[in-house]
Amino acid sequence: MGSSCPEVSQPRPRTACRTGPRRPCRISGGIAAAGRPGARGETPGPSGGSVAVSPESPMDSRMDPAVSAVRLTVREAVHTLSSSEDGDRILSTLGSLKRYLGGAENPALPGEQEEFARMHFSALLRCLVGRLSPAWLELLPGGQLEAPWASFFLEGPADQAFLVLMESIEGMAGPSFRLMKMVQLLAQFLGAGRVAAVMESQCWQLAEPAFPLLQETLLAKLVGLPDHLGNRLQRENLAAFLPQNYFPLLGEELLRVLQAVVDSLRDGWDCSISFLSQVLGKACVHGRQKEILGVLVPQLMALTQGNCLWQRVCWRLVECVPDRAMEALLTGLVEAASGPEVLSRLLGNLVMKSKKARFVMTRKILFLQYRYSTPMLQSLLGYLAMDSQRRPLLVQALKELLETWGSSSAIRHAPLPQQRYVSKAVLICLANLREAELRDSRDELLASLMAGVKSRLDSSLPAVRRLGMIVAEVASARIHPEGPPLRFQYEDDELSRELLALVAAQPVADSPSEASPAVAPVAAEAPDRGSTEGGGVPAQAEGAGSDLDSDDDLVPYDMSGDQELKSSKAPAYLRDCVEALTSSEDWERWEAALQAVEGLIVRSPAATREVSVELAKVLLHLEEKTSVVGFEVLRQRALVAVVVTDPAPVAEYLTSQFYAINFSLRQRMDILDVLTLAAQELSRPGRLPKAAQVGSPSPASPSSSTEAPAWRVVVEERIRNKTRRFSQGSARRGPDAGPNEFSLVAGWFFFPLIQHFDRPLVTFDLLGEDQLVLGRLAHTLGAMMYLAVNTTVAVPMGKALLEFVWTLRFHGDAYVRQGLLSAVSAVLLSVPTARLLTDLPDELLEAGPWLADVAEQDSDEDCRVLAVKALLLLEKLKDTLLPLTPP
Amino acid sequence: MEKMTAPPPNMAASPLPPPDPCFVLRGAQSAVHALHFFGGAQGQVHPLLLSGSLSGLVHIWSLQTRRAVATLDGHGGQCVTWLQTLPQGRQLLSQGRDLKLCLWDLAEGRNTVVDSVPLESMGFCRSSILAGGQERWMLAMPGRGNDEVQILEMPSKTSVCTLKPEADAKPGMPMCLELWQADSSPRPLLLAGYEDGSVALWDVSERKVCSRVACHTEPVMGFDFDSQKARGVSGSAEKALAVWSLDEQQALQMCRTHELTNPGIADVKIRPDRKILATAGWDHRVRVFHWRTMKPLAVLSFHSATIHCVAFATDGLLAAGSGDQRISIWSLYPISTDSSTPLLGHTEGGELPEVPGPWSLHFLHKAGFLS
Repeated sequence: MGSSCPEVSQPRPRTACRTGPRRPCRISGGIAAAGRPGARGETPGPSGGSVAVSPESPMDSRMDPAVSAVRLTVREAVHTLSSSEDGDRILSTLGSLKRYLGGAENPALPGEQEEFARMHFSALLRCLVGRLSPAWLELLPGGQLEAPWASFFLEGPADQAFLVLMESIEGMAGPSFRLMKMVQLLAQFLGAGRVAAVMESQCWQLAEPAFPLLQETLLAKLVGLPDHLGNRLQRENLAAFLPQNYFPLLGEELLRVLQAVVDSLRDGWDCSISFLSQVLGKACVHGRQKEILGVLVPQLMALTQGNCLWQRVCWRLVECVPDRAMEALLTGLVEAASGPEVLSRLLGNLVMKSKKARFVMTRKILFLQYRYSTPMLQSLLGYLAMDSQRRPLLVQALKELLETWGSSSAIRHAPLPQQRYVSKAVLICLANLREAELRDSRDELLASLMAGVKSRLDSSLPAVRRLGMIVAEVASARIHPEGPPLRFQYEDDELSRELLALVAAQPVADSPSEASPAVAPVAAEAPDRGSTEGGGVPAQAEGAGSDLDSDDDLVPYDMSGDQELKSSKAPAYLRDCVEALTSSEDWERWEAALQAVEGLIVRSPAATREVSVELAKVLLHLEEKTSVVGFEVLRQRALVAVVVTDPAPVAEYLTSQFYAINFSLRQRMDILDVLTLAAQELSRPGRLPKAAQVGSPSPASPSSSTEAPAWRVVVEERIRNKTRRFSQGSARRGPDAGPNEFSLVAGWFFFPLIQHFDRPLVTFDLLGEDQLVLGRLAHTLGAMMYLAVNTTVAVPMGKALLEFVWTLRFHGDAYVRQGLLSAVSAVLLSVPTARLLTDLPDELLEAGPWLADVAEQDSDEDCRVLAVKALLLLEKLKDTLLPLTPP
Repeated sequence: MEKMTAPPPNMAASPLPPPDPCFVLRGAQSAVHALHFFGGAQGQVHPLLLSGSLSGLVHIWSLQTRRAVATLDGHGGQCVTWLQTLPQGRQLLSQGRDLKLCLWDLAEGRNTVVDSVPLESMGFCRSSILAGGQERWMLAMPGRGNDEVQILEMPSKTSVCTLKPEADAKPGMPMCLELWQADSSPRPLLLAGYEDGSVALWDVSERKVCSRVACHTEPVMGFDFDSQKARGVSGSAEKALAVWSLDEQQALQMCRTHELTNPGIADVKIRPDRKILATAGWDHRVRVFHWRTMKPLAVLSFHSATIHCVAFATDGLLAAGSGDQRISIWSLYPISTDSSTPLLGHTEGGELPEVPGPWSLHFLHKAGFLS
């Protein structure tokens, strides 16, 4: 029968190993498997030769006299074992049965051995398990029975022994002597390397009609062993059965079987490793990649180095893994492999053969998950780049990655870490691809890149914009090197350095000899030129000087700050200043006025109040006509100073202008910033005395203000005289208390802003595309709420703000949501607890579930954090409430 | 004084950032119009700095404690425009806009006016002295007539002569004066800058103008003269510095002008070692030039108002007094200690007795208490 087996009959030269096996689960060796692949040296124990089912096992020999003889003997022996109480007799019976396991002095005929192993071994083992008890073992003194009893499990066909062992352990109820004995026996079984025998037995069943059920059971038991044992033994579990010990052992055993497989292939025997693949896959599915691959990968890495037979076995091993386990295995492998070369050696062209593997490698890891580290991404994409067959996949991946990177929906809904992950993947792809490959699909790539840049720069989150800038710079330089380079202004930080390093670290491998000289001279020249430019000129000047005097070493300082002074043109009065800013054609005067205006406002509050609204209008409409250094800051500070000096009218004007028609977004955001800063300045404690000092030199006030301290001093002096103090130490004075100046005008700041947000204008639609301003508005309102702490107006403000938040709570833009969440926190912080409970209970009740929802599900991390903070404040509120409630 | 030295300028490729002042003296409480270093020669512990303010006070600052150790009030609230110590004795001359030149006795902690000379000109012209260490010394000050300079012999206050330009010259008022004596001859000479922007050299004993050169189109606001090199530099209200020289025949010649960024120079001083010079700018900045080449070396911007005066100490320290009521002290290009270059004469500290007398000890003692 064996010789007629079609899979194994082809004699093939050794080099055939390159072409790969024909059937998915089979590796053919060089020579037809005519005989039993027994008696291999490395398989331990006497059962090494007695493989459970051999290719030529006779299926048609049931009527053989040897068969019936075996059956008879076994039946008799089982009878004796199960009924006899005579120790000697039992021992001799065991001895007689041992013949069938081979290895004894006078082994049974091979045919008989096979028959025994196939038909009777399991029954015998079950009988042996059934008999096990302290009394039975005591039948002969000194534990003479135990060793022969155990040897059946340890030396007989491993798969059956293993199954019986597991079955009996699971079947036993409660802790008992028998259970402990069986568990110890199982530990012995594992320790003796019998797991390898179990797995190996499944590798030689080429010609057998497969026993899917048996394999399935074996697989489940093998991989599930730690779970089964853990469930059964609870706290009495042995260390060997803990997953962190068992799976490395399984890995080592797997490796030994693989070694055996390789050896047999070298000797020309065929074998199948699909069972091994299944074991590996299942272990990975169980989440034990780290343990099992941690043992396997380093060894395989070493073994596959320059050994194509091992490589083939390894490829096969991965290929035969069932689809459902493919993902677990591949992610584990990518994680464990130390680089693209190793991965390529271990996997071969797996992605081209297995659809599932391709899906995992090119879609799942790249698009659906983002927890993997950058080195993993690098080895994965590097693996795709290492073979010409796989490179189209890389190009495809880049296209899809860029598309995702640029999709506005993804930008809005994907969490920031994932966006960062995709960006990294894009950059690694770019680093791995050659220029020619990029050129072929340049249009497509550029289209998605540009779309992406646009939607990223539209985003209101700085991190998203920054990702857009970095990737766009690098990608455009790679995709379209001839074109004008794209340059954005972003500050160097950790992220940008990391991303740029991804591209720089891997020089494109296609033409290193060409690229490096082109780069090197430029790099070498640049500092040269710099130094000659920097150092040469002073040297010359030095030389000219030294004509006259050799000891001349006076080196000039930097004199670039020596510019023409414009202070002479600065107006000295605010009205002049306004006039200069509005109508001056003399730009020096204009600049001087701009620089002087803040100081003038602070110095003369009374004069400012006369022209405050006019001044605010002028400043708000001011355009940067000349490139004054710090124009924005000067203008902003001047506006803040105006608002602080004359809060109500100016705030009224500014808030009305916020919703006026003809303003740019920049101006509207400036209004918000100015209002926030002014509110902060107004509410700053300790501001008043200073303001009085600077502002009003009115002589009337001191008379009244000095009197109060005078009597206070007298009173305190009296108290001090009549009080005896036991502790020494200076009486500490807290910071001076003062009224929150913002409280008087908070309404002017707050309510006009919150009123009109839902009424779109032609040029300004807060609920539409001007979401950046809406986010800023939410933040501003939150800040004002927070600054209005301890004021009476805080309660209506809080109520209005919570309503505002409620209408916008499902806004799509993360920046807006962040503003809303911080506004909720501000309400909780600023409104007194008692008023919160009496005036805003419904709003708070509604906000709770929403916050919880955001804290759990929002895609933006900052939103989640803010929501958790708001929730904590809400919880604290409840805590203060609890003691108040009557029991 | 180690703390005050700025990092030495080195030959780095990029220019050093502009230096900051070593420290700043605050407390003059009005604009500073006159500065004068006193002491600080070898053997002297620390130099003192005298400052004259718009409010008529003279402050004496200890540069060690950086505090005012004494205040002299002798000008009736009128601006003090000029300060000068005499080489012998511990006497201070101060010129105020109350039309008085006061001679102070500062020895042993005294601060009393021992003598005063009435001035007859309301102008801003600063006086000048020529004192060779003898008992008698010479004083040049603006005279009664609009364009006159009066020479007095001190301390007797006898008028030596009045230097009046020829009738057709019309140079306007004298703006700044400097009496000096060439090494070769004992004849005293006077350099005077005039309102019309010219600088004239007077032979005092012959009462005639030896030479005159038009340096500026605006009034000369300040100049300084290096008698060793026979070269001088002057600043005016205009946008340029003028460098002129004196040849063997005692003829003044324009050498060159140096353009400035902003107009207006209130004062010019050459450092005693003749390496650098500093100008007090109306543009709030002190400019430092290489004296020989007139190469700009530094622009010191610290003050927020017009700078009225600059002064160098013998150890190289630079002080600038400004309308913002502050005095900034700078340390640039440290003086090399080799003694081959004789020091300029306009700071008399070098000629003070080398042993510190009870006078300075007294001040230091007082300063210790004050701090």
